[in-house]
Amino acid sequence: MSDVDTLRNNLIEIRDLSVTFPSEAGTVRAVRNVSLDIRAGEVLGIVGESGSGKTVMSLSMIGLLAESATVTGEINYGGVNLLSLDDNAMSKYRGKDIAMVFQDPLSALNPVHTIGRQIAEALHIHSDISKEAALARAVELLEIVGIPRPAERAQSYPHEFSGGMRQRVMIALAIANQPKVILADEPTTALDVTVQAQILDVLKTARDMTGAAVVLVTHDLGVVAGLADRVAIMYGGKVVEIGNVEEVYASPAMPYTIGLLRSIPRIDGAESSRLTSIDGAPPSPVALPPGCAFAPRCPAAAGQCDAAVPELVRISPTRMTACVRQSEIAALQSSGKLFVEGPRHVASQSSGDAVALEVRSLKKTFPLLRGSVLRRRVGSVYAVDGVDLTLRAGRSLALVGESGCGKTTTLLEILNMVAPEVGTITVLGCDVAELSKKQRLEMRKDLQIVFQDPFASLDPRLPIGDAIAEPLDNFGMSKAEQNQRVMELLELVGLQRDHASRYPSEFSGGQRQRIAIARALALNPKVIALDEPVSALDVSVRAGVLNLLAELQEKLHLSYLFVSHDLAVVQHVADDIAVMYLGGIVESGPVEEVFARPQHPYTQALLSAVPIPDPKIERVRKRIILQGDLPSPANPPTGCRFHTRCHVRSTLSPELAAKCVSDRPELTNRNVSRVACHAPLN
Amino acid sequence: MATTTMSTTATRARTGADGLASDRLSRSELIRRRFFRNKLAVFGLCVVIFMFAIAFIGPYLSQWNYYENDFENLLQPPSRSHWFGTTQIGVDVFAQTMRGLQKSLIIGLLVAVFSTGLSAFIGSVAGYVGGRTDKGIMWIVDLLLVIPSLLVLVILSRYYQGRSWLLLVVGLTIFDWMITSRVVRGLAMSLRERDFVRAARYMGVPTRTIIARHLLPNMASIIIIAATLNVGGAILGETGLSYLGFGVQAPDVSLGTLIAEGTGAALTYPWLFMFAGASLVLTVLAVSFIGDGFRDAYDPGSAKSQKL
Amino acid sequence: MLGYILRRLLNTVVMVIIASTAGYFIASSALYPRGNYEAANPPIPKESIDAVLDRSNVNDETPLLERYGTWVSHVVRGDFGLDLDGNRINEEFGRRIWVSLRLLVIGSVVGATVGVLVGVVSAVRQYKLFDRSFSLGAYFLLSTPVFLLAILLKFGGIRFNDTIGTTFFFTQGEYSAGFEGSSFEFLVNRLQHLILPTLSIALGSIAFYSRYQRNSMLDVLSSDHLRTARAKGLTKRQSLFRHGLRVAISPMATFFAYGFGLLIAGAAFTETIYGWFGMGQWFITAVAKNDINSVTAVVTFTSVLVLVSGFLADVVLVVLDPRVRSR
Repeated sequence: MSDVDTLRNNLIEIRDLSVTFPSEAGTVRAVRNVSLDIRAGEVLGIVGESGSGKTVMSLSMIGLLAESATVTGEINYGGVNLLSLDDNAMSKYRGKDIAMVFQDPLSALNPVHTIGRQIAEALHIHSDISKEAALARAVELLEIVGIPRPAERAQSYPHEFSGGMRQRVMIALAIANQPKVILADEPTTALDVTVQAQILDVLKTARDMTGAAVVLVTHDLGVVAGLADRVAIMYGGKVVEIGNVEEVYASPAMPYTIGLLRSIPRIDGAESSRLTSIDGAPPSPVALPPGCAFAPRCPAAAGQCDAAVPELVRISPTRMTACVRQSEIAALQSSGKLFVEGPRHVASQSSGDAVALEVRSLKKTFPLLRGSVLRRRVGSVYAVDGVDLTLRAGRSLALVGESGCGKTTTLLEILNMVAPEVGTITVLGCDVAELSKKQRLEMRKDLQIVFQDPFASLDPRLPIGDAIAEPLDNFGMSKAEQNQRVMELLELVGLQRDHASRYPSEFSGGQRQRIAIARALALNPKVIALDEPVSALDVSVRAGVLNLLAELQEKLHLSYLFVSHDLAVVQHVADDIAVMYLGGIVESGPVEEVFARPQHPYTQALLSAVPIPDPKIERVRKRIILQGDLPSPANPPTGCRFHTRCHVRSTLSPELAAKCVSDRPELTNRNVSRVACHAPLN
Repeated sequence: MATTTMSTTATRARTGADGLASDRLSRSELIRRRFFRNKLAVFGLCVVIFMFAIAFIGPYLSQWNYYENDFENLLQPPSRSHWFGTTQIGVDVFAQTMRGLQKSLIIGLLVAVFSTGLSAFIGSVAGYVGGRTDKGIMWIVDLLLVIPSLLVLVILSRYYQGRSWLLLVVGLTIFDWMITSRVVRGLAMSLRERDFVRAARYMGVPTRTIIARHLLPNMASIIIIAATLNVGGAILGETGLSYLGFGVQAPDVSLGTLIAEGTGAALTYPWLFMFAGASLVLTVLAVSFIGDGFRDAYDPGSAKSQKL
Repeated sequence: MLGYILRRLLNTVVMVIIASTAGYFIASSALYPRGNYEAANPPIPKESIDAVLDRSNVNDETPLLERYGTWVSHVVRGDFGLDLDGNRINEEFGRRIWVSLRLLVIGSVVGATVGVLVGVVSAVRQYKLFDRSFSLGAYFLLSTPVFLLAILLKFGGIRFNDTIGTTFFFTQGEYSAGFEGSSFEFLVNRLQHLILPTLSIALGSIAFYSRYQRNSMLDVLSSDHLRTARAKGLTKRQSLFRHGLRVAISPMATFFAYGFGLLIAGAAFTETIYGWFGMGQWFITAVAKNDINSVTAVVTFTSVLVLVSGFLADVVLVVLDPRVRSR
């Protein structure tokens, strides 16, 4: 490291860290000779996809790797090499100097101890504090992280909290002893986007309060843009680029970073019309390429790239990258030879007013059961509570909302194609309530679904050719015809014909999703429902699948019904959008319109919560942070479902505010869209 | 989180330049490799094969039959002509033990196969169909678990005195299937919610095809493991009953009856029951090793949580 | 929660009724008490046989349902009837139940406690000598049927006695007949009679619990919240005992209750082999003697025991795990 760095206060110095694990398939080289500095008080973002080694890095810093891990190198903190310490010695640092916030707060907290007790324990471990004082401090900490009625809630158990609340508790645990370093491993990945915004805020508060350095490990470039001072990009177990966050985002130097930044959809629509896709998938740490880990996918790869693993080289006082063709990259990029821009998303011309799918006043309630022997109904869960949707032929409608809003239930209700509890579902002009069994079977040809998790949607025991052929087989196609059609479909989705006899486990996530799409296309449907089609995929792979979907829609005149929580993806891919909250649609309309001029306060808050992967914008952007938690769908608020968290309501006149509590607003036309609000914006 | 990422990427095959698996470590090969790497499992397999071989071929190798009396050699310790010695009435213990082993092995195998088959059927129906059917079936399962099986089997032994030992197999089966059916039911319930089953439903594939094409193959591994472990349990059950005199009846012989007969004089003439006892313990031990070996081979991650 | 308990109780009562009724019908169909007297030489007059059978309400010429009705009407008043010799079953029951319970309770408590301890230590010292040796031992124990174990222990005890010259391990009965000495010495004598039978039952339990506890601990060891505990600064051992133990042990409570039922079966063997006059041994002799009432009484007792222990297991689970409480 140069003198420029040593001038700054290095809190942790990682030198030549390598971590390997033994496994069935061979040695897993999770981290390879990584050297990194963490400076006092800074926020360092470590960005990477699966297999990049980022989580293993963070676990090494706190010494919580699995027993079987082999670790070499040094992690120097305060003059001590942490790796040389045994468990007892390292335990003195954990929770005091170095603290960690984990990804899944439900499993991370002890289910049989109260929250207060768990926080108090963190205090007891490192200081001689009395029971009462510890509990009092625990309540204080709960307040700092924004938990309402902290004294009361300290007596509750983890399962009585919502996900966002639990993560706040985790943060409170982390800051209890004024740590110098806070490691946060994907702290918001398991949370909804509005809750994510809240938690990122809490992290900021935590950092301000303790002055600690924060190492934020994530795959989300938007989250890093808002919070980090420096960012390190990891790929294949190595750091491939590191520098100030603004510089890296503005002018990335390593091809992987360039491709990554260009491939993620952005909600502010700056370049959202073209997504650059990167071929292939991140390498498995068991089978790393001999030279640069990115070479197999890099459009600028040359012979020298496979020769040796590139080391980090300083290209400016504040930037280092690991690319042997560094000097030529900028030139290649500007001449357009580096990454090919993806197809422009064309807002489809709707073929007249043909309606592919229509839903009116759909309701679905589930009984709330208690007891285990003789279950009795103690109430209802109003999962879907009056939903209207219109999908026009040839267009894409996105159904957007956070977890628990009922969007997946709506989707499944539509797919069931039986008369719903309340309301009507009309598929391609036919009311499903009037379908005979035979007609319904026929209709299934026209409405197909692609599921979220590509690992779960294919039967692990069937070769993919058989999986794709299943719908064909069901409708009586001959074997020969089936085979031919399967080949056609494989080509259509960008896979090779001879892959048909292989099993799902031999494909990557992106490829499996393509197989699922091929299967959905088998019967030439007119409408395809997609449940979060890319959220389970690696970031660098998403663009490819999204581009494929756009291509297919144009080629085959498909109509898409998307369900998603990722607004950036929706921006790129959908024509129309319907925003859902607690079982009801609060706003719907054309995507550009709704995103540019949201009329419902929830839509506004939702849009505001989505992080933008551009530090200059993200850091100064004004965010609307919603208060409180999502109410339970078993006990929805009276009147407007959103009124308990509405940030606009406090600005209304008393009569109007009272109306929000008493009257449930109807979805009414306003401007070009439809809104369900008594006091819509704009 | 690191460990889960590692194991998922490790069990995914390697990706080559075409983005596809370069060496086809198919699932069955992987399972076979894991099984044979497990020393205990291989040992178990060898022992079981040996037991079966010796039980059925052994009698042809020995010059004695299990009911012959060699009056010149009463109560003799193991020797060249009588490998395991003789009983008080001159019966060759080796021949007797092999005969008993045959019986116990067959009964154990049959009971395990039938009861596992029964539980697979009942469990998958209960799990997949759900609702009232499920509740009804599970209530019956609970009831059968409450009724003390040993006691009832003892009472029922009256019915198979003087009749074929197949009735004993039936009796043992009736009380053996309940726990496995719970396991299968749980599995069917979770499979029902899997996306690929849902996808098939939304394609309009009929229920029986879904069960045959998707459910059963995915449950096969668990069912095989359960069946293997049930063999051990069935053998123990049968020998217990036979020991008390309520299982295999004279003149037929099982390891249990042999132990019962041999116990009286066992302190001074240990060979009377030692061989039967040892064969029993070894067989059940070997079978449990195999069962655990299967479990580890099919699903190494969950081995810890279910392994006995 | 009260509603939950009441519902479970109701279910339990229904099951007891069905189980005992099933036991009655099966026993009445399979057992043939008349046969005991028919083969007598000189032959006993039919009226005498009938009288004996009627006295105990087991006359096969009376319709089954009528006999059942009579039996039920007595049972609801707590009277299990008479055995074939005219003795009151309730008295026999009263004597034998304590014998069996002594054996079962001590055996299962010892088995569970030691088993859990072994399991915990095995998990903490995974793959080390303790773990490996006890694991192997557990495998052997679990492959050995109770009766074989009981026999081996009995012989082992007798051999031991021979080696040291005096009788240390007693292998017959609960205490030496005609014992004279202080009450403390009597207690010791009882213990000497108790050790081997208890071990026969306990060893199997130890093997069972140690395996399951070990696996439960290993699961907990790799669980997320244990990792959080370590991240707070607890050492591996501290986090295991403060956070892991309770979560790891709660499934054992369920096993304990349901395993009790299995132990009862094992008791039948042990009592027979060691000459203890408990419920199991009574059952075996009753079946041999075609004594329908005794047989049914034992079946009912066992069912009740199994159900009660299952019920207790659920209660314990509710106490240990707050997540279940809010259901």
